[in-house]
Order: sequence, then C-alpha cells, then structure tokens
Amino acid sequence: MTQTASSQTDKTAFVRVNKLTKRFGRMTAVDSVDLSVAKGETMAIIGPSAAGKSVLMKCLVGIYSADEGSIFLDGDDVSRADSPARPEWAAKIGMLFQHNALFDSLTVWENICFRQIELGTLSRKAAKERATELLGLVGLAEESADLTPNDLSGGMQKRVGIARAISSDPELLLLDNPTAGLDPVLSNHIELMISKIAQQRGTTVISITNDMQIARTRYQNLTMMHDGKVYWSGKTSDIDDAHNEHLTQMLDGSSQGPITMRTGKREDGVYA
Amino acid sequence: MSKPQHTPGDVRSKSLVDYLNDENVRAVLYQIIAIGLIILAGWYLVSNTLYNLEQQNISTGYGFLDLEASFEISESMIEYSAQSDYATALMVGLLNTVKVSVLGIVLCTIIGTIFGVARLSSNWIVRKLATVYVETFRNIPVLLQLFFWYALIPGAFPHPRDALEPLPGVLLTSRGMYMPVPVADNAYTLMGVAAIIALVAIYFIRKWAVKRQDATGQTFPMLLVGLGIFVGLVFLAYLAGGAPTEMSMPELKGFNIRGGYNISPEFMAVLIGLTVYTSTYVAEVVRSGIQAVPNGQWEAADSLGIKRSVALRKVILPQSMRVAIPPLTNQYLNLTKNSSLAVAVGYPDLVSVSNTTMNQTGQAIEAISIFMSIYLGLSLLTSLFMNWFNKKMALVER
Repeated sequence: MTQTASSQTDKTAFVRVNKLTKRFGRMTAVDSVDLSVAKGETMAIIGPSAAGKSVLMKCLVGIYSADEGSIFLDGDDVSRADSPARPEWAAKIGMLFQHNALFDSLTVWENICFRQIELGTLSRKAAKERATELLGLVGLAEESADLTPNDLSGGMQKRVGIARAISSDPELLLLDNPTAGLDPVLSNHIELMISKIAQQRGTTVISITNDMQIARTRYQNLTMMHDGKVYWSGKTSDIDDAHNEHLTQMLDGSSQGPITMRTGKREDGVYA
Repeated sequence: MSKPQHTPGDVRSKSLVDYLNDENVRAVLYQIIAIGLIILAGWYLVSNTLYNLEQQNISTGYGFLDLEASFEISESMIEYSAQSDYATALMVGLLNTVKVSVLGIVLCTIIGTIFGVARLSSNWIVRKLATVYVETFRNIPVLLQLFFWYALIPGAFPHPRDALEPLPGVLLTSRGMYMPVPVADNAYTLMGVAAIIALVAIYFIRKWAVKRQDATGQTFPMLLVGLGIFVGLVFLAYLAGGAPTEMSMPELKGFNIRGGYNISPEFMAVLIGLTVYTSTYVAEVVRSGIQAVPNGQWEAADSLGIKRSVALRKVILPQSMRVAIPPLTNQYLNLTKNSSLAVAVGYPDLVSVSNTTMNQTGQAIEAISIFMSIYLGLSLLTSLFMNWFNKKMALVER
C-alpha cells in the first residue's frame, strides 16, 4: 500500500530517513520508515494515536537513537543520539513538544533563549532582547516575558513553545501537534503563523497533526503513518477526494482497512 | 433551619423532640457534649495528680529552676559548672540538642541529595551502591545505629597516647576528635560584626541591582562584587583587630589531651547516626521529587543540546523542590525529635539533662512539661520556616 513519489527519493533531499526502526523492548514503535523532505518544504505527518509519529520525531531531533536504518540531515549522518554530527545539529533543529515541555522553573524569556544563555552565545541582556522580539513574532505581548509558563493559557504556552523552537533560527523545524487542544480558530491562526514564519526564513518544517483539513491546506507533503509504518506518502496536491475520504476514515478509525492496534487485543480492525 | 415539610401556615410551636431532630441543633449539641467530656476528664486527671502529690508532700511549681544543679555536664556551649542553677543546666541541654539537630539537618540534606541523585544515575554501580546505602540504613532502627556508632568510635581509634594525626594538629582518639582552634581574641568578634555588615550591604546592593536590571536590562556582576565585599570587609576587620595568629593546639598532657577543640565520641555518634539514618529518607524524598518532574522536561533540554548536569540544576531540581519540601519538613522534624535518643549514648542533650534534673529534684511533671514544650516549640519553628520556604518556592498558579 505504501506509495512514494519518485521525486522524494533523491539523495539530495534535506531530510532523508532510510528504513528507520525504533524498538522499546518487544514493541516496535517505528518500523522501517522511509521519509524524505526537500529543503524549504513542509510536511505533515498524520495518523492515529500510537502510530509512532512522536517517536519518529524524537529520533529526528536526537532524543532517541535509531535501532536500525539511518537518518541524514543535509547529508550528515545523525542516526544516533551520539552521532558525531549531532551537537552541531542541535542548534539547527528547533522542536515544539506535544505538551510544550516549557521549563516551569524559568521565566518565559529564559525559556525562549535557554540554549543561548546556557551555551553563552548571547549575554542575558541580549537574550532577553531576542526573546522579546520573538514574542512579538508569535503574537504575544512584551510584558509576558517576565511571567512563568504557569501564568499563561494553553494557547499562549504553545506560542512560547514555538518561539523557543525558532529562537536559534533553525534550518529544520519539528512540530509535535502544534494545535493539539486548541479551538479551531486558534488552531488555524497558529498554523497560519507557522507557515508564514517558515516561508520567510526558508525553514524546512515537519509537523505532526491530527487534522486532515489543516494538513491538506497548509502543507506541501503528507505522510500517513499507522502501526509504526508509513501507509501513504506524497504531495498533498495529489490527494483527490476519493483518496481523502479513505485517509480520513483511516484517521478516525471508521475504516475497515489494515490498521490494527498493536496491543494485540483488537486485531479485528475496530477501535475502542 | 427551615424544614421543607413545614408549610407556611403551620403555626404549631416546636417541641423538644422537634429540636432534637433538627440536624443543626444536633450537630452543635454533640460538640458541646464532646468538649464537656474532655474538660471533665482533664479536670479529673489534674485534680487527682495534685491530690496525690500533696499526699506525698511533693511541692509543685517551677521554683526548683533557681536551685544549684550540682552536677557536671560533659560538654557545653555556654559557661556551666556544677554550681550553676537548673535553668542554666537545661539551657546547656537545649543548646546541645539544637547543635546536633541543626548540624544533622544540614548534613543529611547534603548527603541525602547526593544519594537521591545517585539512585537515578545511569551508571549501574553508582545506582546500586546508593540503593544499598538507602535500603540498609533506612531499615535499621535509629537507636541501634546510635549504639553501633558509639561502639565503633572508641573501638576503632587508639588511646590518646597513640593518637592518629591525619592532618597536622588534628588528633583522632578513642576520646573523640581534637582539632586546633584560634585562641579567643577581640579580632574574631570584630570579624563577626564585619561579616554581618557585609551581608546587609550585599542584600541592599542585590536589591538595587535587580531593580536596575528590571528597568534598564543592565546586568550586574553580583557574585563577584558580593564575594569581594564579604571577603574584603572580614579581612579588613582581621587586620584591624591586630591579625592574631595564636592557635590552641591539642597536645598530650599526662594521660589525656589538653587544648584544641574536642568533638566527643558521644556527639560524633549521635551526629553520624542521625545524619546517616535521616539522609536515607531525604534521598528517597529527593528521588521522588526528581521523578515527579515529567520526562518531557529532560527531553526538551536534550533537544536544545543542553548538558544533563545543567538541565538537572536549572530545570529539574527547582521543579522537584516544590514537590520535595513538604516531606523534607517531616524528615527535619523527625531528626530533631530523634535527637532525644542521644540520652542512650550519654550525649548531654535536653532529655538527658532533664532526666538528671528530674531524678535530683523529683519534679518529674515540671521537667517533662519543660522539655515537651521546648520540643514542640522547636518543631513549630522548623515548620514555620519550611512553610515560608515552601511558599517562596511554590508555583504561582492562576
């Protein structure tokens, strides 16, 4: 069933994932995944929960090491968390976590420029200026700089998370569910903001989402995952209505397709 | 008080039974009865005791505190002799209790934090060693541990004649540890005053620096300036006091060691025992505090390329503090209260001195009431401080 557009397998792709496998004990979270994104393009990863999307993303950012297969970023091998090219890439990747993972022990501006402060690339004064600038970019008031993440609402925390992710002008932006838990109006606003920022800076974006509509309208490429495998991958413009219906059904679990829960309890294809 | 079944037209006056069936009346009634019973029981106990004491010709009251204690106390932080009164003797005991408790709290916090972090180490040996330490000392009664350390110290170290000298001037013997101390001089009082002045100055400079940074964003090298002021002022005071260099060195005179500062084996046993025992609990508190911080915080720091040690210090520990402070307070209170076990190895703490006082004067109720209220006071003070600290560290949540 896996369909891969020929234009995406070329060796010059900015993000190139080959047969990536990640296991936790006996469970295979990511199963021989192939993926490639050209520089400056955007890709949405879509799929039901426990499809291995977040694990794939954590492999890309360097939290997990690949058990098998490889990850190349702009030609550098970064398959493992301790690959020699990793430290250099830490500055070139920005990531927004699913639950934001903002540091409650620090203020908003310290959160945004934590890396720069700790590595000493910016003085605290310069870091605060930079953070304030980024707050404006993600649509937050300057005054929120001195608050702690706990003072902020869910939507504001997301924006701070995005500001932290783009604080080092990354070449690759990884977003784990940037609109989870937000209302449709705010979701749309955040997605619009992300595509604007990415376009202005020429950032390559990989984003996990659960919203087929957002994936189709805001992203150039789409990868659908289930059970740790890539089920469909291609350009969003290639998705016709029949295709869309099938993918959407897969997503909300109403399909009798090949999706099975890995717990082994529900092999009949019906979701609880 | 209105009952739904009473219609507005019901003008029948309430009978006693109606009142007793009323939930609100009953709730108050039960409380009055309960309080009455407690007062009755208390009055019975007190009057009975007073009657019995009178029958045995034992006078009551705290007048005995002014009498001569006429017993020696082996170690004291203030001037004390057998001619001092009982009040002074109890004060000596209180200070000894406070000394061992405060030192124990500081040490068990440091050691406990180290072992708590070690239990989460990615290094197998470090992790297992920490687990063995915690599980061993946590599961042996603290009284037995005090006996163990008290038996170990005189047994493991030589007679004063053959004292071990690990560092020049520091002597280890079966009678405890001796180390050199500066001979009392006015310069040291002056240095203490200078230190206090420096701390006050640093406090105000810090306040000013924070205010300025908020207003203009200009940073201030607080650590450097603060250290400079402190060390500078204290050193100036030392010079102004005539820079005394005379030290009291411990030396063998006859069968014993004279001079220097003696740390008695009793004190060492109590301090080590309480510290080791409580540090295992502190280690568990620290471990649970760290584990209470979501894993996502580690991952986020990881993804930013931050070293794990920095992430621990800046991100994880401050957040785990908020979880750890309330149970930590319990451990500090336990250590303070457990210090009363010092009586078992002969360390002259408050309970030990009170016991002697009780035996000599026969004023058991008064002596017990004194040390019970002192322990209560110490515990409340610790609680108050920790509650204040907790509030300071707590999240500002909306």
